[in-house]
Amino acid sequence: MPEAFRIDGMSQYGLPDRSAFAVPGVGRGVLDVFSYRYLLRLLVRKGILTRYHGSVLGWAWSYVKPAAQFLIYYLVMGVFLNLNRGIDAFPVYLFSGIVVVNLFNEAFGNATKSIVNNKALVKKIYLPRELFPIADVFIAFVHFLPQLSILIVVCLVVGWVPTVLHLAGALLAMLIVLLLATGLGMLFGSVNVSFRDSQNLVELILLFATWTSPVLYSFTMVRDKVPTWLFDLYMANPLTAAVELFHSAFWYPTIAGPAERPENLWGLAGLALAISIVTLLVGQFVFRRLEGRFAQDL
Amino acid sequence: MPKTSEAEAPRIIIEGVRKTYRLRHTHSFKETFVAWLRKKQTASTFEALEGLDITVGEGEAVGLLGYNGSGKSTLLKLVSGVLRPDAGTVLTRGRVAGLIEVGAGFHPDLSGRENVYLNAAILGMSKEEIDAKFDEIVEFSEIGEFIDTEVKHYSSGMFVRLAFSVAIHTQFDILLVDEVLAVGDAPFREKCNAKIHELVASDKTLFIVSHDLGMISEICDRGIVIKRGRKIFDGPVDEAIAALKASKR
Ligand SMILES: Nc1ncnc2c1ncn2[C@@H]1O[C@H](COP(=O)(O)OP(=O)(O)O)[C@@H](O)[C@H]1O
Ligand SMILES: [Mg+2]
Repeated sequence: MPEAFRIDGMSQYGLPDRSAFAVPGVGRGVLDVFSYRYLLRLLVRKGILTRYHGSVLGWAWSYVKPAAQFLIYYLVMGVFLNLNRGIDAFPVYLFSGIVVVNLFNEAFGNATKSIVNNKALVKKIYLPRELFPIADVFIAFVHFLPQLSILIVVCLVVGWVPTVLHLAGALLAMLIVLLLATGLGMLFGSVNVSFRDSQNLVELILLFATWTSPVLYSFTMVRDKVPTWLFDLYMANPLTAAVELFHSAFWYPTIAGPAERPENLWGLAGLALAISIVTLLVGQFVFRRLEGRFAQDL
Repeated sequence: MPKTSEAEAPRIIIEGVRKTYRLRHTHSFKETFVAWLRKKQTASTFEALEGLDITVGEGEAVGLLGYNGSGKSTLLKLVSGVLRPDAGTVLTRGRVAGLIEVGAGFHPDLSGRENVYLNAAILGMSKEEIDAKFDEIVEFSEIGEFIDTEVKHYSSGMFVRLAFSVAIHTQFDILLVDEVLAVGDAPFREKCNAKIHELVASDKTLFIVSHDLGMISEICDRGIVIKRGRKIFDGPVDEAIAALKASKR
């Protein structure tokens, strides 16, 4: 009974009625982002407005870069290495995979650097720090939209008739990639505060990402060459599932002849979603463990 | 009786607080690994604050005094939540705002207007609150028509005025001020001082760090002196200033 203490005069303020008090600097992690929606929106807006600031081409770069990347892969893989013989409509196959990996690379890469990049704020003002990697993932998604729209236009031109199942698959693929990138970004981003090795390691991972999922070649080539356990591991990569979901949504419906598709793609997608969610939980856990040191170690 | 206990409840409670900084000697996986192999220390520690007990009541204006490196900024960061204590408790009641390095969230490539919205949101304001206060913020900053110019074209004075104006117009119950009152030119400083007085009069809780002892004694009734992370005096502000002057680093 706090009142009793006050009458006794034991404490000037009446002891422990502390329900009205908050402990500064303790948030609810990712969940806090929902109550900071407006700030998140402004941070994303800032990232988008300042991205191509001072460049003449501006947003055109969001089209030029993937186009150049596509051209190189198409020439090297398709024309010089003749991979397009085995894969119908190889350009569409290639592009629908590339955009998925681009989304992942951009989101994961930026989220990893987000805490260090927002040093000035992290050191001076308390905010749920999860806002920074999450804002970067949103920004990456906005920059993915031009690429997605090119893909859709190209597919429609070559006779793609979208179905609900295609669209659901594509949405699921994006969800998998975004969750995975957020989780990994929080994990490597929080380590990056103390050890900048982290962002170099991530660059290495991103280098591998394009090659360890069936973007530039078909999954059958892996299946025919490696032992079963390794192939299972390969297919369990959430990025592989996301890329194959995009192939099934955009490329497969547009080709004339038959083509081999992974068995039980929805099952793989479910596994990928589960792995992404676990990654997000692990990322959040590590982030919260290290967060207390951000302001003093930066 | 909730009414009376509400009125009596303090705004800030600091109890047995210790803050230890860890100074790392290694900055990469490799260095850490090598140090670990050789059983060398990878970090040393430094007690920035030790056994601190402070309670600040509603409507109090407290000046925090101490020489450089005594731990004043660390204490304010503990109250704002930027840092967490290694021992003890920090509790706050109501909204906390900090005039700690104004303009930390400004982006040079955005216009003044965009920056006002971004920074007010960073300081915890909602869209409606910012919309309602926007004109007042611009008016106070004396930026005028430059509000739609990119902030990188501002003079440093204009920049600081706008940043300060945003910070001072946020909604708060507790205001933390860390050596930022010496901003802008003389007329603007005058205006800031008036604003601070207005805040004190409207029963806001203020926690102020400043080297301007004249200003501290004018605004605050209570002074706390910190020396090497320990509280050495807590009482009327004039006696606190005397205690500070009597103490050596
Ligand atoms: N992030 C940090 N890491 C390590 N030491 C720090 C850090 N921040 C401050 N210190 C040390 O803590 C002491 C108190 O610093 P500070 O609170 O900034 O003092 P004041 O604001 O009173 O000048 C200083 O000796 C300073 O070197
Ligand atoms: Mg200081």
